[in-house]
Amino acid sequence: MDCKCNGKCAQGSIENKFNLIDHIIESYKDQKGSLIPILHQIQKLLGYLPEDVQAYVAKKLEIPLSEVYGVVTFYTLFTTQQKGKYNINICLGTACYVKGSGKILSEFEKQLKIKVGETTEDGMFTLDACRCLGACGLAPVLVVNDKVHGRLTVDNVASIIEKYREE
Amino acid sequence: MEMVNLTIDGQKVQVPEGTTVLEAARKAGIKIPTLCYLKEINKIGACRVCVVEIEKTRGLQASCVYPVAEGMVVRTNTSAVREARKEVVELILSNHPMECLTCSRNTNCELQALAKQFGITDIRFKGENTEFHKDASTPTIVRDPNKCILCRRCVSTCNNIQGVGVLGVIDRGFNSIIAPAFQHPLDEVDCVYCGQCINVCPVGALTEKDDTQEVWNAINDPEKYVVVQTAPAVRAALGEEFDYPVGTSVTGQMVTALRRLGFDKIFDTNFTADLTILEEGNELLDRLKNGGTLPLITSCSPGWVKYCEHNYPEFLDNLSTAKSPQQMFGALTKTYYAKKAGVDPSKIFSVSIMPCIAKKYERQRPEHRDSGFVDVDAVLTTRELAKMIRVAGIDFTALPKEEYDEPMGISSGAGLLFGATGGVMEAALRTVYEVVTGKTLEKLEFVEVRGLEGVKEASVDLQPLGTVKVAVAHGLANAKKIVEKIKAGEAEYHFVEIMACPGGCVGGGGQPLVGGPDRMALEENFLELRAKAIYEEDAGKPIRKSHENPAIKTLYEEYLVKPLGEKSHHLLHTHYTARPKYQVLANNKDK
Repeated sequence: MDCKCNGKCAQGSIENKFNLIDHIIESYKDQKGSLIPILHQIQKLLGYLPEDVQAYVAKKLEIPLSEVYGVVTFYTLFTTQQKGKYNINICLGTACYVKGSGKILSEFEKQLKIKVGETTEDGMFTLDACRCLGACGLAPVLVVNDKVHGRLTVDNVASIIEKYREE
Repeated sequence: MEMVNLTIDGQKVQVPEGTTVLEAARKAGIKIPTLCYLKEINKIGACRVCVVEIEKTRGLQASCVYPVAEGMVVRTNTSAVREARKEVVELILSNHPMECLTCSRNTNCELQALAKQFGITDIRFKGENTEFHKDASTPTIVRDPNKCILCRRCVSTCNNIQGVGVLGVIDRGFNSIIAPAFQHPLDEVDCVYCGQCINVCPVGALTEKDDTQEVWNAINDPEKYVVVQTAPAVRAALGEEFDYPVGTSVTGQMVTALRRLGFDKIFDTNFTADLTILEEGNELLDRLKNGGTLPLITSCSPGWVKYCEHNYPEFLDNLSTAKSPQQMFGALTKTYYAKKAGVDPSKIFSVSIMPCIAKKYERQRPEHRDSGFVDVDAVLTTRELAKMIRVAGIDFTALPKEEYDEPMGISSGAGLLFGATGGVMEAALRTVYEVVTGKTLEKLEFVEVRGLEGVKEASVDLQPLGTVKVAVAHGLANAKKIVEKIKAGEAEYHFVEIMACPGGCVGGGGQPLVGGPDRMALEENFLELRAKAIYEEDAGKPIRKSHENPAIKTLYEEYLVKPLGEKSHHLLHTHYTARPKYQVLANNKDK
């Protein structure tokens, strides 16, 4: 990217959001199959892929918007919803599930007063579930943004929430 | 080309390298069933209905995408193959609404045909069914994703043939749905309503909005004076609905059928096609002589007009201001004709029979009220007309041939040409040549602009004006090629004809459906066959040039005065509106 802002200029302003996308797309110029990495980069900076952003990508890459949206909905990695500051992702893979991750998920739902996939009203937490984080040895396991929490019980839920609230 | 020898079900077959097993089998007289495959449009091996056994390969192979190889041994009729095919269809049926009897595709459904062919009498798999919202937001296309089998033929057509790209595959697995981005309704996206998606849908997931009841109501109303016009391409395809071979013209029977259905006057859109040539031809000459915007681009195809409005608003000044023949007809019916026949225009109900889905939208555009009323009250597709004929119990094949009513049923062969790609160009050249040069055109056929090549070009010597360069495109992906070429300054055309649908109106979104197996069985492309029917009928017409149509001459003498005159300007010309391609960006002021 030519811009030295390293994505910082995107914060807050619509105009800059599109400038930023211009930068990202420019860095993949003439590369085939660049839609997924471009969307990935944008999501890394914006946190999600809103409709106008997807349309803008389609326009810039000269591909149908239906194709962009198709890719966004195909991969669970992509999200069209704005996430909270902390994204709690609980593993419901086989190993974690038999060790009680389902109960942990329910406990989070109860304490945060949201359903899986939703974000708390204060914008602090988003609750997600996934299939296997590749850390079955730590089952049941979850990640908060990039931080791993393993060998959990239902009793740990309150302290995890508390820890990130304080940060 | 290298030839390859293989054995299919014990028969020796020789085919060119690169042929698929499916095509090779057909050459050997073996019809492998297909569902998602559509010749020249969709070849993705997704549905697995066409599976076969190939020696030395593991499992079963999708024959529609499997290339032949030297010495290959194929079996298409083993128990493993039969069971696999049947199971595939059973699985599709397990998530399919069993509404066959009330479905518009009843007895004309590729899925239903396979269920019959495979002897399916029971649905072994029972489980959850997807429940999607039906999209009836437009006056044109109705989308029912619950009936969709995810074959992606519509997606290929919308993306590759039309370059519109409104339909795509959303989500994955059981939740997959074919829809516009964000599952927005069709009337909120840049769909151009060409209806090509309907033409390729094997089931009832994509259909036209049915307006037949409205027309029945008008016919049944003794107060109403119901006038009907038939587009040129309808006569070249309507017969297919009554088992005539593709490419049979049924003009006379169609006129008789309309009369028996109870329409008061049977007129021909070809009449206003001739009128379009006079208005648009003079517009071309005016632009050539007075430095107007060039190239002049035709505007008869409402799908193309909408595509241009969404994608190339900078070209709206290039579009001919002449209305389409349908709308010219509508405006004249409730003015000129009403006066001439002594009918109260408020009592006239004006119906048009079109090969087109987008015409249903065109008639509703707010600018088409120049007669003081809604100029055209209802648009039926060729398929809907066939439906009315069946409902009325008319034995179409036994009908005598009758003539159109006067005066708006009188037309030239040139007007008829509008039904095939290149036809407007050819008709215009027949007239413009004689007007400019003052000479009689000896050879009427401009073969350079005929045929199914995507983009066609020609130069015509029009002394004393000079050489006029023309181009023709059909199918919107081809239209895009031409417009981009003009934009880049790579071509200097004077006159361009663009039709939204492949093949022009003969391939319109409202025409009889030609299913996957039928497209394979035909030796020639069905669009070519329909065009031939039009060319043959033109060749047999006593009048073959629009400006020689006596009814058009009378129209100018009695009413319009002259082409591009004040009355023409008011009744026969229109304007266009730039529309956003991305609604979600249009709402955002920054981009």
